[in-house]
Amino acid sequence: MTSADPRAGSLRLLGGRIPYIEGPLKVTGRAEYTDDIKRPGQLVGRLLRSTWAHARIRSIDVEAARKVPGVVAVLTGDKYPTPFGVLPITHDETALAVGKTRYIGDIVAAVAAQDELSAERGIAAIRLEMESLPEYNDPRVGLEKVSEPIHARGLQGTNIQKEVVQHFGDVDAAFAQAPVKVRVRGSFAGVTHAFTEPMCTVAEATPDGRLTVWSATQVPHYLHRALSEVLGLPMHRIRVIKPEVGGGFGGKSDPLPHEIVCAALALETGRPVKILMDREDVFYTNHGRHPTSNDVRVALDAEGKILAYDIEALIDGGAWSSFGTVTTYYNGVMAMGPYRIPNFRYRGRRVYTNRPPSGAMRAHGGTNIRYSVEVALDEAAEALGMDPFRLRELNALPPNSLTVNQFRITSTSFLACLKVVRERSGWEAKWKKLPYGKGVGLGCGFYISGSNSPIHFTPKMPQCTVHLKVDMDGGIAVHCMQADIGQGSNTLLAAIVSEVVGVPLDRVHVVRVDSDVSPVDIGSYSSRVTFMMGNAAKQAAEAMRDELLAAASLRLGEPVDRLRVALERIEVAEHPELGVSYLEALHLAMEKKGALVFSGSYSSQPMGGTFKGARAGTAPAYSFAAYVAQVEVDPETGEYRAENVWAAFDCGRPLNRLAVEGQIEGSIHMGLGQMMGETMNYLGSRLMNPALLDYKIPMPQQMPKIECILVGADDPEGPFGGKEAGEGPLVATLPAVANALYDAVGVRFYSVPVTPDKVVRGIEDRRRTGRVHKGD
Amino acid sequence: MPSPPRVSLTLNGQPVVRDCPAERILLDFLREDLNLTGTKRGCDLGTCGCCTVLLDGRPTLSCLTLAHAVHGKEVTTIEGVSPPQGLNPVQKAFVEHGATQCGFCTPGFVLSAVALLKERPNPSEEEVVRAISGNLCRCTGYTKIVEAILAVPQESRP
Repeated sequence: MTSADPRAGSLRLLGGRIPYIEGPLKVTGRAEYTDDIKRPGQLVGRLLRSTWAHARIRSIDVEAARKVPGVVAVLTGDKYPTPFGVLPITHDETALAVGKTRYIGDIVAAVAAQDELSAERGIAAIRLEMESLPEYNDPRVGLEKVSEPIHARGLQGTNIQKEVVQHFGDVDAAFAQAPVKVRVRGSFAGVTHAFTEPMCTVAEATPDGRLTVWSATQVPHYLHRALSEVLGLPMHRIRVIKPEVGGGFGGKSDPLPHEIVCAALALETGRPVKILMDREDVFYTNHGRHPTSNDVRVALDAEGKILAYDIEALIDGGAWSSFGTVTTYYNGVMAMGPYRIPNFRYRGRRVYTNRPPSGAMRAHGGTNIRYSVEVALDEAAEALGMDPFRLRELNALPPNSLTVNQFRITSTSFLACLKVVRERSGWEAKWKKLPYGKGVGLGCGFYISGSNSPIHFTPKMPQCTVHLKVDMDGGIAVHCMQADIGQGSNTLLAAIVSEVVGVPLDRVHVVRVDSDVSPVDIGSYSSRVTFMMGNAAKQAAEAMRDELLAAASLRLGEPVDRLRVALERIEVAEHPELGVSYLEALHLAMEKKGALVFSGSYSSQPMGGTFKGARAGTAPAYSFAAYVAQVEVDPETGEYRAENVWAAFDCGRPLNRLAVEGQIEGSIHMGLGQMMGETMNYLGSRLMNPALLDYKIPMPQQMPKIECILVGADDPEGPFGGKEAGEGPLVATLPAVANALYDAVGVRFYSVPVTPDKVVRGIEDRRRTGRVHKGD
Repeated sequence: MPSPPRVSLTLNGQPVVRDCPAERILLDFLREDLNLTGTKRGCDLGTCGCCTVLLDGRPTLSCLTLAHAVHGKEVTTIEGVSPPQGLNPVQKAFVEHGATQCGFCTPGFVLSAVALLKERPNPSEEEVVRAISGNLCRCTGYTKIVEAILAVPQESRP
């Protein structure tokens, strides 16, 4: 790929393929994950999880458990009842159940013991007296007043956690005059992250009154806050360390109860305690993508211009709020792009149920609505007799525009994505032309590149801060609480510093996240890291570069604006033979300034409207995508596979192509999993498949050939023109496959996952009736 | 109480003799007793492949293997295929091709790849895919893992 941007040529590292800096540690098994930490005298923590979905706790008798040899402490909910939650407005979780349990898997009690066996014996000795309460497993039931609301904060005696109603323009008027109307009612099973590293936490309280917590978390700062709130310790007496994290995808972004329980056990015992989840625990902890049904109506004019969207969503939240208020907004407003929507109405409701909590999962809130919208547009194109590409081109949001709900769109290369993916996929020769059973489909994407709105403080406060500590030998230690969970943010951080200061990558060392030394970054969620950390890192590195330039200017007797930074050298631009080495400039700067420490930060500028909920979905930039999938279906068995995915993506300038491709390929894997079979399978309130044998993620055999096509123009505010590539690449995957299935066998599918039984039923119905089948 | 039985094996080329309870799982034996933490615990049920080790050269799930079942045999963990300095050719290819993201599954994949290349120095893409089908990865979509294994230079294959 070549970039049209003239600055591209001047970058040494960024824009290329930069292997992850911790790669050598990971391929040798030397990278340290939380479970690899073993503290002297460490105890084993174990959790007693509820087997009741919804039940009042009459009594918990822990006397026998305390007497089990080897048991050091037993903990129940009454000791730390302070509610918490990732969003300050919906604190409805407790570290251990207080008063009642709300789902199978809710933590009721915890034990710390000398060894595993004693811990398990301790757990087995706890006696619970419970009183069953009515269970609510269907969000539709929870819309009405119920006899025993799951939370007291449910709206007016219902189980509704959040209701969002938005209306921009005049949807009814638009529909009244629209010649073309399409409607898709989608239903989506819950799916979960299925990262390979189970959650794990180690906590240690020390006699100096401090508490250290190592945890597999995506958001160390929110964990830090939650620990402080629930345990009643000031944040400065708590130290949070993030070791390597074995995948997150949103599942390690809430502060989780076991993290607080582990810390509480450490405080109780004065000893280090480890809680390691087994895989079943991980499934019950969930926080995955919400089971959702949506109803999407689209009105278009006779030329194919979109006149209005009218959207409803009913979202099964599970037992807690988690990120649910955001989820409820996102299921509507993530439909605001990549097209211009002049009239928009949305009603979304998220309802508590007695199931494991749903939360944020990669492309949070954007995936299910994107499916229904993109399938609806495919139907609209067909109704109009148009090529689906043409319909999308006609409606593309232009750069530097405002959406009807006042999202600020700056850069978009959506049209370029459409153009290139059409060519590369051979669309012209394939669409409607492949033999029965084979087909191609188009799906498009839109996602936020970082949420404008930090959860805990005003947008004016920095959402990311980066500090550089410079050593006398020219090494640079970078401190920042950004959380690398495998996506390569450490590598990007080091590369930006290296690029700006003009030193090789190995001079830069990214210090492990440790709240004692890392300045606040609010973590890996909402695809914010490249944009926000990138800008903060760039600012810090530029401050260092400027100091070096000033020192070199004094030595060379040339003004700064005649100097330039080369590799390990500052030289006179027009006489490159005149210059000083990096180290010489550094030492001169030290003589001049004394201590050399540099900082940079990123704060978001104000944006969005003034109506209620206006900030949800506002972002400093957005990513765009256009994918074509090619599928082959076996009409006898209903089995199908995606053979190819051509993925055109606009992440602005790709700063590390290796990482961007990795995000796209991984996103397609995750999207195909949800499309083709992954399901959190419930029987009432009971999760039936809490294991990777029964919850199947795609195997290598099921992966298509993927072509990543990166066509983004530089974003005006992104670091070096870059924007997100972590979540946006997922959303286009599912509808591209759905629309390809329609091209292959003439059946529309509205119920995800689209499993072989649904495909066979659809094909048979179509054969029998001779009509286009509307599927499940 | 009778003393626990003794297990003796060759581990990463060195003889190891240890007392070990009969019910001890090889994964715990490696991670907890011998501090070989490169072998990862992902599911304890033989479904994810993160705990893969080589047992007499063959990829084996250490979470489904009793420590005593390897008595008298040769076990190689990720530590055993990593040179004292630098990386082996498979590891080098994984790094260069971005075949590791979160890295938790990586030791298992590296060992599956090492075993494959020893047996089939010139594997086809299908053979690579088959060889890693016991290892789950949630980050990469396997694309770059397959690329990396196919790119291990011929002359340096194990």
